[in-house]
Amino acid sequence: MTAVADRIAGLAAALRAHGVRIGTGETVDAARAAEALGLADRELLREGLAATLLHGPGQRALFDAVFDLYFPRGVGGPQDAPRDREALRDRLADALAADDRALMARLAAEAVDGLGGYGSSPGSDGFSAYQTLERLRPQTLLARVRADVRGRGGGGSGSGSGSGSGDGFADRLLDDEIRRRIEEFRRMVGAEARRRVAERRGRDEIARRGVRPTADRVDFLYANRDQLAELRRAVQPLARKLATRLAARRRRAARGTIDLRRTLRSSLSTGGVPMRPVLRRRRPVRPELVLLCDVSGSVSGFSNFTMLLVQALHDQFSKVRVFAFVNRLDEVTGLLGHGRADPDGLGARIRAEATLTGWHGSSDYGMALGEFAERYGGAVGPRTTVFVLGDARTNMSDPNLPAVRELARRARRVYWLNPEPRDRWGTGDSAAPAYAELVEMHECRTARQLSGLIAALLPV
Amino acid sequence: MFTSVDDVSARLAETGYLASPAVATTVFLAARLGKPLLVEGPAGVGKTELAKAVAQVAGARLVRLQCYEGVDESRALYEWNHAKQLLRISAGRDESWDETRTDIFSEEFLLPRPLLTAIRGDEPTVLLIDETDKADVEMEGLLLEVLSDFQVTVPELGTVTATRRPFVVLTSNAGRELSEALRRRCLFLHIGFPEEELERRIVRLKVPGLGEALTESVVRVVGALRAMDLRKAPSVAETVDWARTLLALGAGTLDETVVRDTLGVILKHQDDIQKAAAKLDLDAL
Repeated sequence: MTAVADRIAGLAAALRAHGVRIGTGETVDAARAAEALGLADRELLREGLAATLLHGPGQRALFDAVFDLYFPRGVGGPQDAPRDREALRDRLADALAADDRALMARLAAEAVDGLGGYGSSPGSDGFSAYQTLERLRPQTLLARVRADVRGRGGGGSGSGSGSGSGDGFADRLLDDEIRRRIEEFRRMVGAEARRRVAERRGRDEIARRGVRPTADRVDFLYANRDQLAELRRAVQPLARKLATRLAARRRRAARGTIDLRRTLRSSLSTGGVPMRPVLRRRRPVRPELVLLCDVSGSVSGFSNFTMLLVQALHDQFSKVRVFAFVNRLDEVTGLLGHGRADPDGLGARIRAEATLTGWHGSSDYGMALGEFAERYGGAVGPRTTVFVLGDARTNMSDPNLPAVRELARRARRVYWLNPEPRDRWGTGDSAAPAYAELVEMHECRTARQLSGLIAALLPV
Repeated sequence: MFTSVDDVSARLAETGYLASPAVATTVFLAARLGKPLLVEGPAGVGKTELAKAVAQVAGARLVRLQCYEGVDESRALYEWNHAKQLLRISAGRDESWDETRTDIFSEEFLLPRPLLTAIRGDEPTVLLIDETDKADVEMEGLLLEVLSDFQVTVPELGTVTATRRPFVVLTSNAGRELSEALRRRCLFLHIGFPEEELERRIVRLKVPGLGEALTESVVRVVGALRAMDLRKAPSVAETVDWARTLLALGAGTLDETVVRDTLGVILKHQDDIQKAAAKLDLDAL
């Protein structure tokens, strides 16, 4: 069992490196699970280890990728792999039409072996999922697979024989289903390429660097479309969690100090002995919130996510107003309202319906902040907390520090959340240090950091 | 309790619970390692049903603790029967205080609540702690002692240790993040929406009257709806409800009119219905 024990310990270490909290107890449990389940069935082992090592659903995708490296399906490449691209595409089309997962996995292995290899000298060679998919182009098989499935007469399993017109309605869903299968195949190719590279370069190394981190630890600035979509789906649950945390803070804050006057007054009924201290009660004020969001190019992913999150938390505040800017500024609160909250199209809708740019398309903080002070100065009062979201890259124009100073003077608090790493503040055209002198600036690169900051900074 | 993972699936299937490999594996491990099982997942995927099915399979008594906001020790663990204690005191007038005191804090005056009941029992027991996320954080602290050592301390009586460990299932809708300490003590199982094949089997089992072609269409449409990013994705319970509705309506096939008229059975928000209708081109026809 020692080899297996090493593997499990390695797996746990790799997961820890990705921020999953695993103690020794869990590792021991995992080993006991492996003992109870045996090594014969890889999928059972996967489920067993997941049940013992993980504590939440968010880590599962990460776990699966790491598991594939430590308990690979096999070793080396397939023996009888044909190197013919067209033959591979034909077989893949069949597999997709039949929705045969096992065959798809085998084809992924063959494809990576046949099409994904690069380099020749040991040390610099490897396998690339990108290259494999670029050569194989599975997405272009859609029309062919659709015709194939229709030809068989009906649904995925082909069991709906003689249904004819009966499947007419469900057929409309076919395209999406095939797209999901192709997406699954792409995932398999990725996992296979990682496995082959790991054989060359060492498993631990690839597990740490080659596996995508969980979505809440991805840098906003480098997140791709899928990761942003995943983050958007996480908005509601995250908002619920933050709401409970805020409620707890509010409860604690409500325990006030002793109100001497009222304590003495009530002690009269007990002959001047203060039996029951009366606490000073805080007036329940729901704070107001103003968000200023840079929605230009690179920062837009971060801004959109934060806007959605704050909108989801809107019942915690008496008033939330959201402003977006690139080099001009416009109010977008209405675009975020309930019923219209289609999170996917938010960015596009803001760009379409609000006036955000003047003569050029790059962001200008000085101009936008000045416009805010001028047109919406009344939105900020002594009860308002202001969040500015952006990288503070002014494209060499005037940062307009007086406007920020004025903002900081009028608002209760002003926080600046910057999605750039702290060590890049002040490089190039970044005016971050200048702004940071006037208002509190926080580094906010990932969803995890953001939720920590929101829980700590939001007024209660 | 179980000999293998396949044994778990087969025996659960006999009671009408079709388990995915992940569910079967985790149940097997929970029984084998003697650890509590924490089940999370969206509403209506059969978290509570799982506990009931396990109890039925194992021939065990099901003890259920339903959590809600404000559930406390006296509802979850035990309580002294004050009324009866008063009666006892007034009945024994001539006794000395020492006699009375030892008497009124005895088993007879103890009202066991679910946690204590599950631990004291000699017969096999399945303890279901339902909707753990609804309970307060203080309650979690109470559960820690019970779940790690399977013992309960009653100051007047001493510590009660389980003679036979109950099979514990905790369910949660992730309404609140459960504490890390509680998660540590449990095996974690996330029940998501089932694979298409499994869902077809579930529909066939629960609504046997529905035709094969229609079953397949129903499952495909529900699968498509889940991929749509709705406010509340339809769950297995909704799929079964919808299948029952279609059966009651006598629908032979799934077409635009039928889907449009019955969409309310599977989707519970007006925005979702509109969005789904738009995506499925229902109004275009």
